[in-house]
Amino acid sequence: MLNVGKIEEGFVLDHIKAGKSLSLYEHLQLDKQDCTVAIIKNAKSNKMGKKDILKVECDINLLDLDVLAFIDHNITVNVIKNGDIVEKKELVLPKQIKNVIKCHNPRCITSIEQELPHIFVLADEEKEVYRCKYCEEKYSESAMR
Amino acid sequence: MLRHLMSPLDFSTEELDKLFDLANDIENNPQKYAHACDGKILATCFYEPSTRTRLSFESAMTRLGGQVIGFSDATSSSASKGESVSDTIRVISCYADICAMRHPKEGAPMVAAEKSDIPVINAGDGGHQHPTQTLTDLLTIRSMKNTLSSFTIGLCGDLKFGRTVHSLINALVRYEDINFIFISPEELRVPDYITDMLKEKNIPYEEVIRLEDVMPKLDFLYMTRVQKERFFNEEDYIRLKDFYILDKAKLSLAKEDMLVLHPLPRVNEISVEVDDDPRAAYFKQAKYGVYVRMALILTLLNITVA
Repeated sequence: MLNVGKIEEGFVLDHIKAGKSLSLYEHLQLDKQDCTVAIIKNAKSNKMGKKDILKVECDINLLDLDVLAFIDHNITVNVIKNGDIVEKKELVLPKQIKNVIKCHNPRCITSIEQELPHIFVLADEEKEVYRCKYCEEKYSESAMR
Repeated sequence: MLRHLMSPLDFSTEELDKLFDLANDIENNPQKYAHACDGKILATCFYEPSTRTRLSFESAMTRLGGQVIGFSDATSSSASKGESVSDTIRVISCYADICAMRHPKEGAPMVAAEKSDIPVINAGDGGHQHPTQTLTDLLTIRSMKNTLSSFTIGLCGDLKFGRTVHSLINALVRYEDINFIFISPEELRVPDYITDMLKEKNIPYEEVIRLEDVMPKLDFLYMTRVQKERFFNEEDYIRLKDFYILDKAKLSLAKEDMLVLHPLPRVNEISVEVDDDPRAAYFKQAKYGVYVRMALILTLLNITVA
């Protein structure tokens, strides 16, 4: 059994789908932060069988909840202060996301217009469908940057 | 408030009713509107050639007494020097009062609208939207049958790539009691997202291969061209382009008051012998295209004529 110690201040992302923690690490741009990060893969879970966990010691404001919710809104976000959980944040699908995923439609204006942000809008909340704001191309997993 | 037209769904059905009432008033009283846009300038920014849509816009503005400036392909514009759409519209906003933009890239008119100080009309963006064609179709149907509900419409030809078809379906589902019949070869069937949407809304539709089988049921037949530019493979285009040709024999199966619509240009999908049949409404449709663009220009410029 692997033991990873407590963190004093930061957040613990629990119930990440097994194998998704590294991609989450990238999308949250944690590689650009000067902070301690523990990535736990394939931990045992009663609920999920296997899960990943991310423990990050940093200022809680650094966490982009919209990006997190877009990637997986079933993740549990525990906010830690003085070594204790002080809040569990609920994730809701963001209405739109900017420059998180790229529109891969070669006919979209985003493919040629300089410095145009890649914006995806939540088109169907129930089915969790995002579409490019400009060409309305449906987001697919392969479009993740 | 500055308003643009990017999609036919940008206007509510009530707003469309007002727009179509205005278009019909223009049709009946053209003189009343002959100077409505005196001193106003329309910029037609066409990054790809489309003679018909561009001339329809130019005719609309000229009939309202306004002036037109613009370019008709990307090579004669600053885009060939690498200028962005955002920069172009900022400059055009200084020269004109309203802009109609056609662009091969999907979403380009929306980028323009975000940066523009003047109303922008999407005059076609790639395979995405062509709202003024849809408004033309709706106005034609409403003007010729006095209603936009309770009818059966057959859409025939390229239902996979044809943006006018997708756009018209999305616009018609907002009205009551419309039955859709999709007539196409297997390869050019209407996309799943459209049939899914119809199922979700409980709107009746059927998909058939032979035009003859459904002709007697139709109140409208919307023919489309199998467009070469939408194919990646020339072989597929050649194989499918002649699949549906409407001729006198097929038309003889139709109701006496059925109307044939077509966004034009046609290639050979409607035989010339059909043109003189009273049910052939596609050239009248082109006329309604001018009236609806006139009404749209007046609406977006907030000009009212007493």
